[in-house]
Amino acid sequence: MWTWFHRLGSPPYFYEWAGRWAPRIGVLAALLFAWGLYDGLVLAPTDYKQGESYRIIFIHVPAAWMSMMVYVTMAVSAAIGLIWRMKVAEVMARAAAPLGAWFTVLALVTGSLWGKPMWGTWWVWDARLTSELLLLFLYLGYIALNAAIEEPRQAARASAVLAVVGVVNIPIIHFSVEWWNTLHQGPTVTRLDAPAINIAMFLPLITMALAFMAYFAAVWLMRARGELLERERRSRWVQRVVAEESG
Amino acid sequence: MDEIRLVPAFLAVLRRDLSLALRAPGELANPVIFFVMIASLFPLAVSAASETLRQISPGVIWVAALLASLISMEQLFRGDFEDGTLEQFALAPQPLAVLVLAKLCAHWLITGLPLVIVSPLLALFMHYPWQALPQLMAGLALGTPVLGALGAVGLSLTVGVRRGGLLLALLVLPLYVPVLIFGAGSADAAASGLGVTGQLELLGAMAALALTLAPLAAAAGLRISLD
Repeated sequence: MWTWFHRLGSPPYFYEWAGRWAPRIGVLAALLFAWGLYDGLVLAPTDYKQGESYRIIFIHVPAAWMSMMVYVTMAVSAAIGLIWRMKVAEVMARAAAPLGAWFTVLALVTGSLWGKPMWGTWWVWDARLTSELLLLFLYLGYIALNAAIEEPRQAARASAVLAVVGVVNIPIIHFSVEWWNTLHQGPTVTRLDAPAINIAMFLPLITMALAFMAYFAAVWLMRARGELLERERRSRWVQRVVAEESG
Repeated sequence: MDEIRLVPAFLAVLRRDLSLALRAPGELANPVIFFVMIASLFPLAVSAASETLRQISPGVIWVAALLASLISMEQLFRGDFEDGTLEQFALAPQPLAVLVLAKLCAHWLITGLPLVIVSPLLALFMHYPWQALPQLMAGLALGTPVLGALGAVGLSLTVGVRRGGLLLALLVLPLYVPVLIFGAGSADAAASGLGVTGQLELLGAMAALALTLAPLAAAAGLRISLD
């Protein structure tokens, strides 16, 4: 197990490994998306209160989950890079940030589209919307800091500190916003007792969540490959890869 | 170097930063003037009706305090970074985090405490009720150290970046939100005559957490920026 992990820390090995796995996970994501969307948009029953417009949750909820999961994933990779000086982990953290930011945007936009018919307004300063917006700001700060420092290793380490500080702060921000104001419906799936959602709606939701995760994993690996090539462009293994690719 | 004495080092840094600041008394007033100016923009922009002002006063005072402390953040590390003092601090046998904490304390005495002291003037401008003033000042006294500590982390990461001021704001403003919520919340509750112990305790908890963890993060950040 550990030798495998250590081997992944070597850029050329990682590059090749990610090149093998990214397409496979991508196919898995496509299949899950196809099934989840069909199940969610066609098969799942209509909600008795919210009608058809509730179906946006099959995009909105997985996107919101991903926005938080990606931040934690990014912070963990950044911390690994910071502590063990692992180049691949630094690259992974940097590659995850724009994806997480876009998941956050997607969650905000779909939430806003859903809010118009349901709450009668595009935007309310509700607790969860606000903390999602603040999460987006944290992502943008991370990306901005990464872009502002020219030396890539220094940029990776500085933004890793920021990501870790952000992770410590996310629960504080979340709960303070929660206590401040709330209008959003409470969590329906992540409760300790049985989910308060019909099983016919729950299955497509979980399928979509898995589809989002697989999509993230595939694109993450591909982005990391690209970052790695750019950062290591002067090393011999990149030149060999380029020579091979260009025939 | 047979013994590493923390307290004398802490006091030496504190005394150094304070005496440096006192030698340029003109600069001391700048964050305070900024604080008062921001607050005086609101009556001009929103309305001079005393009822409206009273309603928005807790938020305005807190946002003004937050911006004033953000804008005065640069002087915590900028000068010492440029003239190499911070490199000497990093080489010192004492942990860098302790020296950062000393700098933070000095910084709060120079920039945070004056905000607390002039806040009654803002309360007067904004028609904030007088009887709630002690609670407002207590909230500011607990909240401004948190703002400084979080700002120090952001600054430690951006101090090496040219024109890092705007970047600093982008990094730390989201982190300031909990302080703003409970600070303005306590001022608002006090103005309507409600108890504020809960909010003040939360602000105190945040101050304790920030002052213990932020110097460590800021020290790590400084070491990266000094590389």
